[in-house]
Amino acid sequence: MTSLVDRFLRWPVTAVLWKDVVLETRTKDTLVSVFVFALLSIVVFNFALNPTPQNVALVAPGILWVAFTFGGVLGLTRSFAVEKERGGMQSLLLTPAGRDSIYLGKVLSIFVFMLAVEVVTFPIFAVIYNLPLAAPEFIPVALLATLGIAAVGTLFSAMAVNTRAREVMLPLLFLPIAVPVIVAAVEASGPAITGEPWGDAIQWLPILAVFDVVFLVICSLGFGFVVQD
Amino acid sequence: MKNDVNAYVQPGTGRDLTSDGRAPEGSAPQGPAIPAIEVRGVTKSYGRVRVLDGLDLTLQWGQVLSVLGPNGSGKTTLLKILATLTRPDAGSVRVAGMDADRAAGHVRRATGVVMHDPMLYADLTGRENLRFFCRMFGLDQPEERIAESVRRVGMTSRLDQRVGTLSHGMQKRISIARALLHRPRVLLMDEPESGLDQGAIELMREVVTATKAGGGAVLLVTHNFDQALGLGDRLAILGRGKVAHEESLTGAGGSTTSPEELRALYFKHSGEPR
Repeated sequence: MTSLVDRFLRWPVTAVLWKDVVLETRTKDTLVSVFVFALLSIVVFNFALNPTPQNVALVAPGILWVAFTFGGVLGLTRSFAVEKERGGMQSLLLTPAGRDSIYLGKVLSIFVFMLAVEVVTFPIFAVIYNLPLAAPEFIPVALLATLGIAAVGTLFSAMAVNTRAREVMLPLLFLPIAVPVIVAAVEASGPAITGEPWGDAIQWLPILAVFDVVFLVICSLGFGFVVQD
Repeated sequence: MKNDVNAYVQPGTGRDLTSDGRAPEGSAPQGPAIPAIEVRGVTKSYGRVRVLDGLDLTLQWGQVLSVLGPNGSGKTTLLKILATLTRPDAGSVRVAGMDADRAAGHVRRATGVVMHDPMLYADLTGRENLRFFCRMFGLDQPEERIAESVRRVGMTSRLDQRVGTLSHGMQKRISIARALLHRPRVLLMDEPESGLDQGAIELMREVVTATKAGGGAVLLVTHNFDQALGLGDRLAILGRGKVAHEESLTGAGGSTTSPEELRALYFKHSGEPR
């Protein structure tokens, strides 16, 4: 069993994921900040918009993805800040692992952290907005949209970390490119979280999948240029 | 960066790439005609500032090359280019016979790099850091590698303590241990003595001497004149982006220049006030 785990972790992608997970269990920087931001957004929007049973299906998906996306930006900023400190990124780049493997490892760790926050936040959101607690249709939407956000965000986080105002630069670079993923996620989430039939909204799932593949391919190719000194 | 295994040249060595296309671990073609490091006409600019300007440099196997130079003379940039962390604007760089651009992955397997910063994760323990880098290098028997590396730098205790809680000197020892994990044949060291106590400096000297004795090569970037003269077989003084002065310190063609004259040459080429 141990040797199986060792073999699994000798793949650079999983080695980077393991390292980030261990670091996060020690510091909890990313999980706490993303969760607190997402929760605050959900609560504030609830008071600001005061959704009724008639309009909740219209406003809730947007609120949910604003909370997850902007919370994710905080996590993305932290993801490469930890590499920048003490030259960690340089030490990664000195290994023979391909730049694409390092990129995919970072995407995977952001994906896992964001999903963890979404799993905890969604039931609270459902209770506050009086929506069904069990929403299995939301699972593929959350998986695909979170992967898309992580794919784009990881590249721009690596880019922004070398700038002086990285907290400002990351949303400026990331959000315009991530808009298609966020729009598709909002459109697909409507029926998924309210328990209504999918209808036309199901067409957004393959669109999300296509965005994910395109972003993963383009960003993994671009990552090597971004991290080159 | 794309790794082109065809760029791995092994004239006359009879060694083949492994079945998965990798060069044998830490391997290096060591024919007399193939230097450990060969830099030809390398230029590198950051914006309008030209840091390296047609630099030429050669380091043979079994030698230590001490590189001296004032701040901003391009020492660290040279080391980053050799370590494949940055690409030159022009010129060619071969490390262990391999093109540093086209076979960067193989070059990284053949080189161990110690930079000024420890380059470790502060919230992981020393052992977790080393285990992580074993995985990133795809090394077999990681625990044996870690034990061997930390023994060489005298860091067998406190290895299970978080790196952030250790002194800079202790962190530097783990950093040197990390550079030795994959048993590299070429060591690139940027001010390795900074932050080390006298005992650790002795251990670092032993690492350099052992690498050289084992047929490897060491490029030592330092500000410490005594260190450069004491460890180096050859000395290169960088100035204005080039090797301004170079001479052998040992052997038949050894230096006839006294340390004082070498110091004077350093100040002449560096433009630093004495």
